[in-house]
Amino acid sequence: MRSPILQSATKYLLPILLLFSFFLLLRGHYYPGGGFVGGLVAAIAFVLHSFANGTEATMKILRRKPLSLIPIGLGISATSLAAPMLFGLPPMTGLWFEQPIPVIGMIGSSLFFDLGVYLVVIGVILTILFTISLNNITEKD
Amino acid sequence: MELLLIVLLGLLYAAGVYMILRRSMVKLLLGIMLLGSGTNILIFLLGGITKGKPPVIDENAKLFQDVFADPIPQSLILTAIVISFGLTAFAIVLLKRVYALVNSDDLDDLNTPEEEDI
Amino acid sequence: MLLAVLSGLIISLLIIPFGKLLKTKWSILLTLLPALLFLYFISYIPAISAGSSFLQHTNWVTSLGVDFDFRLDGLSLLFALLITGIGTAIFFYARTYLKGHVFFDRFFGYLCLFMSAMLGVVLSDNILLLFIFWELTSISSFFLIGFNNDNAESRKSALTALSITGLGGFFLLAGLVLLGNITGTYTISELITSRESILNHNLYPLILGFLFLGAFTKSAQFPFHFWLPGAMKAPTPVSAYLHSATMVKAGIYLLARFSPILGGTDYWNYTLMAVGGFTMLFASVHSLFRIDLKGILAYSTISALGILTFLIGLGTREAIIAASVFILVHALYKATLFLVTGIIDHETGTRDITVLGGLRKVLLPVSIAGVLAALSSAGLPLTYGFIGKDLIYEATLHTNYQTLGWILTAVAIATNIGLVAAGFMAGIKPFMGSLPKQFETVHLPYKSMWIPPLILAILGLVFGLFPGPAGDFINHATANAIYGSETDMHLKIWHGFNIVLILSLATLLAGTLVYFINKPSALKLHAIEKLNSIAPQRVFTRFANDIMRFSRWYTDLFHNGYLRSYHLKIILFAEALLAYKLWLSGPFAFNFDTVTMPSFYEIGVILILIGALYLVVTTPSRLTSVVSMSVVGYCTCLIFVFYSAPDLAMTQFTIDTLSTVLFVLVLYKLPSFINMTSKTVLYRDGIIALSFGGIISLIALRVWSEPISKDIANFYGENAYILAKGKNVVNVILVDFRGIDTMFETVVLSIAALGVYSLIRLRLKSTEKE
Repeated sequence: MRSPILQSATKYLLPILLLFSFFLLLRGHYYPGGGFVGGLVAAIAFVLHSFANGTEATMKILRRKPLSLIPIGLGISATSLAAPMLFGLPPMTGLWFEQPIPVIGMIGSSLFFDLGVYLVVIGVILTILFTISLNNITEKD
Repeated sequence: MELLLIVLLGLLYAAGVYMILRRSMVKLLLGIMLLGSGTNILIFLLGGITKGKPPVIDENAKLFQDVFADPIPQSLILTAIVISFGLTAFAIVLLKRVYALVNSDDLDDLNTPEEEDI
Repeated sequence: MLLAVLSGLIISLLIIPFGKLLKTKWSILLTLLPALLFLYFISYIPAISAGSSFLQHTNWVTSLGVDFDFRLDGLSLLFALLITGIGTAIFFYARTYLKGHVFFDRFFGYLCLFMSAMLGVVLSDNILLLFIFWELTSISSFFLIGFNNDNAESRKSALTALSITGLGGFFLLAGLVLLGNITGTYTISELITSRESILNHNLYPLILGFLFLGAFTKSAQFPFHFWLPGAMKAPTPVSAYLHSATMVKAGIYLLARFSPILGGTDYWNYTLMAVGGFTMLFASVHSLFRIDLKGILAYSTISALGILTFLIGLGTREAIIAASVFILVHALYKATLFLVTGIIDHETGTRDITVLGGLRKVLLPVSIAGVLAALSSAGLPLTYGFIGKDLIYEATLHTNYQTLGWILTAVAIATNIGLVAAGFMAGIKPFMGSLPKQFETVHLPYKSMWIPPLILAILGLVFGLFPGPAGDFINHATANAIYGSETDMHLKIWHGFNIVLILSLATLLAGTLVYFINKPSALKLHAIEKLNSIAPQRVFTRFANDIMRFSRWYTDLFHNGYLRSYHLKIILFAEALLAYKLWLSGPFAFNFDTVTMPSFYEIGVILILIGALYLVVTTPSRLTSVVSMSVVGYCTCLIFVFYSAPDLAMTQFTIDTLSTVLFVLVLYKLPSFINMTSKTVLYRDGIIALSFGGIISLIALRVWSEPISKDIANFYGENAYILAKGKNVVNVILVDFRGIDTMFETVVLSIAALGVYSLIRLRLKSTEKE
């Protein structure tokens, strides 16, 4: 699998795909896309990178275990659901900034919810795939 | 097209059922996945299929101006797809672990596990 | 009363933690329980005999109609006195009998439980409560009969007793529930008032049948009698308690209790007279051929129960008086005889009456008790048994049926002749004659073992000497309760020289003759056992074995350990059910106008999909099947694209890619599929699978041709932007309207990831160990 073409290609593909996945996440509320798809695309980006350069190299880029993304993502989602309670509103009420922010557009609590989903999906898929592939390598040794 | 889809989902179910009646664990898993996609198509079809009208509101409007595809089956199926991936991943790893222990893909070999296998 | 009933339950619970203490001297404390209860119930005698009764109500499960309703009247008082009084004797006796037994504490736990349950049965005024206690007696007697649980025979007879009495319990419950449904009340005192409406109800014969089955199984009436001789495997104190005064009398109690509610009809009278009459004669003849002391007692007990059933069936004033007296008579002498048998067994090690003899020389007080009980059982004048026997004859002679009266009297005489001889065999034979050499070293047991039977025997004599007060104080109120109105009962020793007296004396004489002529031996026993092979016991054993075989066959068929066969059965069942439902739903009505024409590329995609599907199913290569599987996924994805589901298409696409990666990562090392299944099985599965798919298609067609409500879709469409400020409705549903669902979906995913993670880590550890 370690072809030089793929290796150099993934060097550029990884940031592009990540950017694309983030784009999918942000526009999810208005156009097709969203947390699930975004997370899946991001996960595919990392998987592609690991195919080209080995799982260890990808882990180095990630800096931390993908498992740790799961609680972070769950935390963000849960907070965005519970946040309206701080303002005395029932949970899950949508909160929105008054003015749209350039490039991103309207920002509300549901975006943060989607962000949580995005992180959880990345965490889950990378955890599954990386533990399997890392384990396969140790088996070979 | 609807009739074709109906035939198709029947075939998906038939293939799924046929696969889960086999002895191999991998075939069992593939059968479950086939049943899953059959169900997805079933839900999709029963919500009513519409061509080229995604459930996305026009950029300049606040409401739908036209007929639109039913969003409910879509969100149901989206959830189902993602969950079934979780199931598949877990099942594959479980299957691999079973294979490593009993060194067989045959479900019948699991019937009488020996002490050390557990 | 609530406390009195529950005290035994509480004590038996306490025995779990404090059981070890009981094995020491503290066990005397246990005997206080029945003794105190006995005194408690004695204190009610004056009030009850004066004609009053006591009610106590404590709420329990009122919504189900089950409350702690207790009622103490003449009938329950007699039984309560027997249960606690004879219970006291048994507790004292068993304390010595089982001294040093490993499960001493356990035994008393069961015994307390049993006593409580019996008290509950006789005191309950609520029929459901009565049923609960009824079942509790079955269960606790199961443990008592099977107390020697290392003995296979003992376990078997315990199981037989439980299954027979349990079976009866089911029927009893059915009868009681029907009764409650008809009348709208579960209280016995209220049932009496609605007697007329019950008797005229269509279900009356059914209720009666169920009730009789319950009573007959418990009281060992033919054809359910066989569990009782088997139950003799229990330790002797248990036999004495269960078969003289309690367990088997529960059925009699039930009949007596319901006599004023359901009795007095032809159904009631003739059934009870036929069953009771047959049982008493059958068992009394049988008892003559036994050589085991407990065997004799078992059959004479069945016979006595038959007499009681018969008397209640007769239902006349005289019969009820006779029954109320005979309950007491029988309990006193039968308990004595059992206890005496226990002593003989304990001291000599045998119960074979062909071997036993002359024991009066070494066990004098025991022999006095035995002889007294035997005489009471024979109905010798001046014993209470004499009074009982007199009353029975009086009852059979004074029926409303002229000729029948004589037949009944003849049956009663024949039965009693047998009972006289059986009583002599059990109570006198072991003590008479010369003492065999091997028994010369036999010595008297502890006082606590021989005093209880002696007291009971003497009581029988005292009641016989003063029948007037005994009858007034104890039996009069009982008879009134069974009869439902005043019986005017006055017992006397001397009725004058009349036909009843002649019959009594003739019975005694004939019984004595039979005793001297009849020499039971193992040979004769063997001969009569042969008769038993066509007896009901065989039928029941066959039945039980067949059930066992059936359930084993059934289990083997359905639970054979092969996953695919489970799948097969489930799918076939689902198919049958769905097909049936589909067939019921009537003809299809299509509207083909709404069908859209597929374009050529759509047909192409579907053809590819079907081809890939075919490959998945048929290929022997694992890799091919995985790849074809992903083709199936991508084609589905295209269908989503064509039909306005971009979100779905994207998700399906990415998920499919990842699944394929996963499969390849994990499975590339597995061998290719092996096809070991025969062609016929493949064809069979293929047909089943295709028909399942066909049924699903038909269902889909049917549902699709129904109009769909678009209300919810329109709600989301209208409010997506206004409420949630989003324009992609699918996404809005996921993250806003149904946010909690999505939240938990991610939680499920996280759990799957953790599961995968731990599964693999777990294996790493175990490989490290190796």
